Amino acid sequence: MHKPFAITLDIGTSLANHTGSWRNERPVYVDLMPPCNHACPAGENIQAWLYHAEEGDYEAAWRQLVTDNPLPAVEGRVCYHPCEGACNRGQLDEAVNIHAVERFLGDEALKRGWKIEAGAPTGKHVLVVGAGPSGLSAAYHLRRLGHDVTIHDAGPMAGGMMRFGIPKYRLPRDILDGEIARIVDMGVTIELNSKVSDIPGMMKDGGFDAAFVAVGAHLAKRTDIPAREAGKILDAISVLRDMETDEEPPLLGRRVVVYGGGNTALDMARTAKRLGASEALVVYRRTREQMPAHDIELEEALDEGVILHWLTTIKQIDGTTCTVEKMKVDENGWPQPTGEFETLEADTLVLALGQAVDTSFLKTIPGVAITDDGVIDVDGNMMTGYPGLFAGGDMVPAERTVTVAIGHGKKAARNIDGWLRGEEPATRADARVAGYERLNAWYYTDADKTVQPALNLIRRQTTFDEIHGGLDETNALFEARRCLSCGNCFECDNCYGVCPDNAVIKLGPGKRFEFNYDFCKGCGLCAAECPCGAIDMVAERM
Amino acid sequence: MTQRIKFYQTGTLAVGNRLLDEENRTVQSTPERNNSLTSGHRACQGCGEALGARYVVDVAMREAGNKLIAVNATGCLEVFSTPYPESSWRVPWIHSLFGNAPAVATGVAAALRAKGRVDTRVLAQGGDGGTVDIGFGCLSGMFERNDDVLYICYDNEAYMNTGVQRSGSTPPAARTATTPAMGQTKGNVFGQGKNAALIAMAHFIPYVATASVADLHDLEAKVAKAMGMSGARYIHVHVPCPLGWGSKPCDTIRLARLAVETGLFPLFEAEHGEITEVTPIRHKVPVEEYLRPQRRFAHLFGKSADTHVLAAIQQMADRNIENFGLSG
Repeated sequence: MHKPFAITLDIGTSLANHTGSWRNERPVYVDLMPPCNHACPAGENIQAWLYHAEEGDYEAAWRQLVTDNPLPAVEGRVCYHPCEGACNRGQLDEAVNIHAVERFLGDEALKRGWKIEAGAPTGKHVLVVGAGPSGLSAAYHLRRLGHDVTIHDAGPMAGGMMRFGIPKYRLPRDILDGEIARIVDMGVTIELNSKVSDIPGMMKDGGFDAAFVAVGAHLAKRTDIPAREAGKILDAISVLRDMETDEEPPLLGRRVVVYGGGNTALDMARTAKRLGASEALVVYRRTREQMPAHDIELEEALDEGVILHWLTTIKQIDGTTCTVEKMKVDENGWPQPTGEFETLEADTLVLALGQAVDTSFLKTIPGVAITDDGVIDVDGNMMTGYPGLFAGGDMVPAERTVTVAIGHGKKAARNIDGWLRGEEPATRADARVAGYERLNAWYYTDADKTVQPALNLIRRQTTFDEIHGGLDETNALFEARRCLSCGNCFECDNCYGVCPDNAVIKLGPGKRFEFNYDFCKGCGLCAAECPCGAIDMVAERM
Repeated sequence: MTQRIKFYQTGTLAVGNRLLDEENRTVQSTPERNNSLTSGHRACQGCGEALGARYVVDVAMREAGNKLIAVNATGCLEVFSTPYPESSWRVPWIHSLFGNAPAVATGVAAALRAKGRVDTRVLAQGGDGGTVDIGFGCLSGMFERNDDVLYICYDNEAYMNTGVQRSGSTPPAARTATTPAMGQTKGNVFGQGKNAALIAMAHFIPYVATASVADLHDLEAKVAKAMGMSGARYIHVHVPCPLGWGSKPCDTIRLARLAVETGLFPLFEAEHGEITEVTPIRHKVPVEEYLRPQRRFAHLFGKSADTHVLAAIQQMADRNIENFGLSG
């Protein structure tokens, strides 16, 4: 090339200058554990399904959701949503209304009849005992993995505590039936009114390769209350069960006292209100803060006119008169008697003092251990001491909620699958939780939570109609879009835009981005400006 | 202040978003962007000026249908993008002297008009030294004649390329090589310097705006609007400089954002000498948050700090908020 006077070099583009050699830190895309997923007892990948819901692709969102949880319409209603307590958005304005979106997706699936296919047949057959949330969840996940499943349940209908413990106003039965039917449609056989007493025998005779037992905790705990003239004393779990099986609702009378401080106690009091009781009193021996009942349930019960007596024990019952003693909390947080007595009038006293597990049919199985609390001991893989027998739900040591039970079912199914194949189930690669400090919250606009419509108070006090309405398509979309996508790229293009060196490559919709380390100088702007904290800066080896 | 939620997940504040309508996405969010200032340039890590130039010239290219000539004053931008024999520019680009970029741009525009090339637009750009100080006479002339040029000033508040000397745009109290943090008044003095955007407005030219690398949607909209007009137009873009400000490279955008959120750098638009639009502050922050991460203001903090200076800077911010109506 002919060059002008005093010019010796060929001119060209600066692309020849690989500024990547300046770098002492490199940006790396990561996928972290969002706090909601981390808090979910069922291990739902909430951020992932909200990602699809944000786009309005509700079917994809639902399909992502049901890879972990087969009962979203139920869960969207009854779960106490620990995810929302953990949600980083709570520190910005208000937590994302995750359960409302979950419920919307669950209802959409029922409305549109979305189905789930079973996996390719493995030829293995698993016995599930108990058709409650845990058993149904295990059966569902085992079917997805291609195993044949037969469920035996002692009750007349499937659903366990979802049907016999949770009142209709929180969980309408058509929803429950719809979601159970979808699991049955995957080829799960459910034998009702079939109490199993000899699991090893049934496994042998039925040709089962493994078994999962989740019969729940159905035995009402009692307490001795001296009665001069016996009044009417019932237990809450039986009353709630009778609500489902009897045609005539149980007669409780005008003044109902419920003894206990858990969710069942509140469900009982609220049910009594709806059955026409003018007074529904809950007596609990400890303080409000110590109540095992969830805050939401308590607030709703108070709204409906349920009266709470904290720090009170029932000492004696004489016909319709209950003698109660006031308690005070000692320095260790335990209630101690004060010697101050009062009386309460009650046509019926309902005990809601917790439930125990009927372990009688398991005691004889070699290797099965029962803890001091009367529940079944399982290892980290949900297996009992009897090889091939797994257990979960309310009958193993854990918090007793539908969500925990569903999580147990999933975990047991994956471990049963691993056990049948002789391999360990896969675990998540990067389990670090994406905390609020990772976010660049400036990028998120303030957007208030969408509130679900609620039934008016009069109808709540007098009918068993569902209290909370659902979201519709527009506000479900709004709510899904409030997700901050903590620790997982949601393709906002910020890294791509803020790089002064054009060292971020956009791979196209759904494919995210890549760094061009030839030119990346390692300034860290992409990581600092990533709204959701999905970029780490990692030191280069010198 | 009530804020209209334009888009829920991220507002319109992130660069793009897969959920936004195509027409609402920024030029920078698209793979079709021109990369007018491409990779391999020698700007420092986290350079605000490189970022600003990428943002501005790419929008200008789109708006001009890729028929654009850029005139560049001497300064950092010119030095780091064109060390002979390399060039990072993917746009017809001409280097002028330090002080005559507006005059050269005027000449380019006149030449295009003479040749009948009315479809080709002219953009001139320079730093605050080349614009607010050295080139100011040429710039004022360009404004006064209403020449068909869009002039962009990338303001990093000192002569960074030559070793961080004070310019007419250096803020009060800032330490530079020529305003050291020693003696009675530490750093740059109060009450001097000049606001180039307000002076540009005093020429009653069709369009004047201020913009920041922290708000890309706003910046792109302003450049696009200016490109849709003819005559003399001026945009003053705030671009933090990690080297001269003594800040971390990863803090460039954060500092630009804080300059806006404190009220120290008001974002506004003006047409024919009248302010037409201001960008309200979303979350007001005290000036200390902006100043503390910058070593050029280190003498305002610590044991022997003069709190009066901090209060005076806060007063400047408060005055801006009131004068420009930035509280929304």
